[in-house]
Amino acid sequence: MIPVLKVIAPGFHTTIQDEGRRGFQHVGVPVSGALDRNGYLLSNALVGNAPGAACLEIIGTGPELEVVGASVRVALIGSAGGGLEIAGRDDAFVGSGRTVRLARGEIARVRLGGDAFCSYLAIEAGFDVPLCLNSRSTYTRARFGGFSGRPLQGGDMLHGFADDAASREEVTFSAPRDLALDQPIRVVLGPQDDYFTALAIEELLQGSYIISPASDRMGFRLAGPELEHKSDYNIVSDSIVGGSIQVPGSKLPIILMADAQTTGGYPKIATVISADLPVLAVRGGGRTVRFQAVSREDAERISRAEHQRLTKMIQDIRPESSKLISLEALYHQNLIDGVVDAKV
Amino acid sequence: MTGMDDFRILKAADSALVFEFGTAIDRKISDRVLGLAEILNNAGLPGATEIVATFRSLCVNYDSLKTTGAELEQAIVALMKGAGTSSQIRRLWEIPVCYDPEFAPDIEEVATRVGLSVAEVAALHAGTQYHVYMIGFVPGYPYMGDLPKQLRLPRRRDPRTRVPPGSLAIATSLTAVYPYESPGGWHLIGTSPVRFFDPDSANGSLLGPGDSVKFRSVAAGEFSRICRAVERDEYEPESREIAT
Repeated sequence: MIPVLKVIAPGFHTTIQDEGRRGFQHVGVPVSGALDRNGYLLSNALVGNAPGAACLEIIGTGPELEVVGASVRVALIGSAGGGLEIAGRDDAFVGSGRTVRLARGEIARVRLGGDAFCSYLAIEAGFDVPLCLNSRSTYTRARFGGFSGRPLQGGDMLHGFADDAASREEVTFSAPRDLALDQPIRVVLGPQDDYFTALAIEELLQGSYIISPASDRMGFRLAGPELEHKSDYNIVSDSIVGGSIQVPGSKLPIILMADAQTTGGYPKIATVISADLPVLAVRGGGRTVRFQAVSREDAERISRAEHQRLTKMIQDIRPESSKLISLEALYHQNLIDGVVDAKV
Repeated sequence: MTGMDDFRILKAADSALVFEFGTAIDRKISDRVLGLAEILNNAGLPGATEIVATFRSLCVNYDSLKTTGAELEQAIVALMKGAGTSSQIRRLWEIPVCYDPEFAPDIEEVATRVGLSVAEVAALHAGTQYHVYMIGFVPGYPYMGDLPKQLRLPRRRDPRTRVPPGSLAIATSLTAVYPYESPGGWHLIGTSPVRFFDPDSANGSLLGPGDSVKFRSVAAGEFSRICRAVERDEYEPESREIAT
């Protein structure tokens, strides 16, 4: 166990998460893992980690961390305005979507910015916590996985798989990540859409919902048009997947997220497509959600296209300086604004 | 939604297929759900990531980058047609429980309401072999049935915000043990010293869907002895394989 970072202040809700805990839902264990899978993947990719490495998921306010290893390379993914404030440096602010190497004794404050509900901080080589049921993800409700099964607290010592990060050029993306905060969330109707009136389906697809501030890793509660059941709103318990939209007796939908229980007794009017779960996850309390129905085949096609887009984004990760000396970009700039002599 | 014979295949977007065999808590439905689970687990379908059994449906999670819902649906329906009804090997567990009112806050009220003595409620409950329909609600929480008809009561009108771990509970036709402290609306008629969920073990949950359970009434003294052994990780309840 290699101590890497000491928690000076934990932030509002900071947990260790990875790709999630698969294979135990049949015994009641939720998948957990990063709410925004794309943010998680991109933060790990920036610091060069293999898929599956554990990182910090940060919700609400950011933590303050002191480097206790020789050095550590970190990257934050979240709001465009978010970043790391590094005490005592001239260029103290390192924006999200870039790597930075921190030396022993340096203190980084994570500033979240206002766009993304959840942000991800990855370290090179990944965080080292014991595997619990094949995953490093924290499941706070049953207090297992991650760091002692709970959100971070001041004084916690975080371990990593490397004591030192080699000095090299820092990297960033070719284009910033688009959080798509206005994009409709695409759903496939069902599995229990037949428990609802035709008007309820119309309301779901035409209406606009606000995510309640009471939303968390278990579920996003929505306020907006009520969805009428045909008759009963209790069903004999049935399985739940991430993105299930269940409608209890209140007639207001709840979208079940990473830490939701594995079974439930309310009918599910629709299910968010897998590609749009990260798009939904980065919106938090107060933001608007509109839904759009697609077919399962569309959902599968969108999922493949989204995977290709992410793969391309990761392939295009490049040294920061290559942006500054991009001849092509310079050339275009010359043509457009004509300030620089084109013969240079 | 595709209607086919007497089951339905429902969609959970591009994340899962749901094979629904009915809408009730019924042993015949459960046997069909668990039978299909066994077929699919043995087949190891490419792209299927996780199979979750509930009272009346089987949820087949899949990775939409590795297969499609249509492909998976076809493969599963073909497997269902080819499968005969084979007897299955299941595990029968004997779980110690203390039914003393000190460990059973609701047993006196339950006894009064069903017109039996506390001893008769305990004897009836412990005299029945239960089927584990599914695990849900919290990790390791086993929904078991069917409760003898004389013991069936609706859920409590005022659910508790905190039910202590180990509580043995009944409601409607079901019985369960709370592995974790959690809110709960069932009647508490005993406490088991056994650990029903251990995240540090390989499988996590003591019980699995399809297992059988019999409860053994123990006195307060034996209850305490087992509790201490459980704390030292030196106790595992007895179990054996049975054919069903």
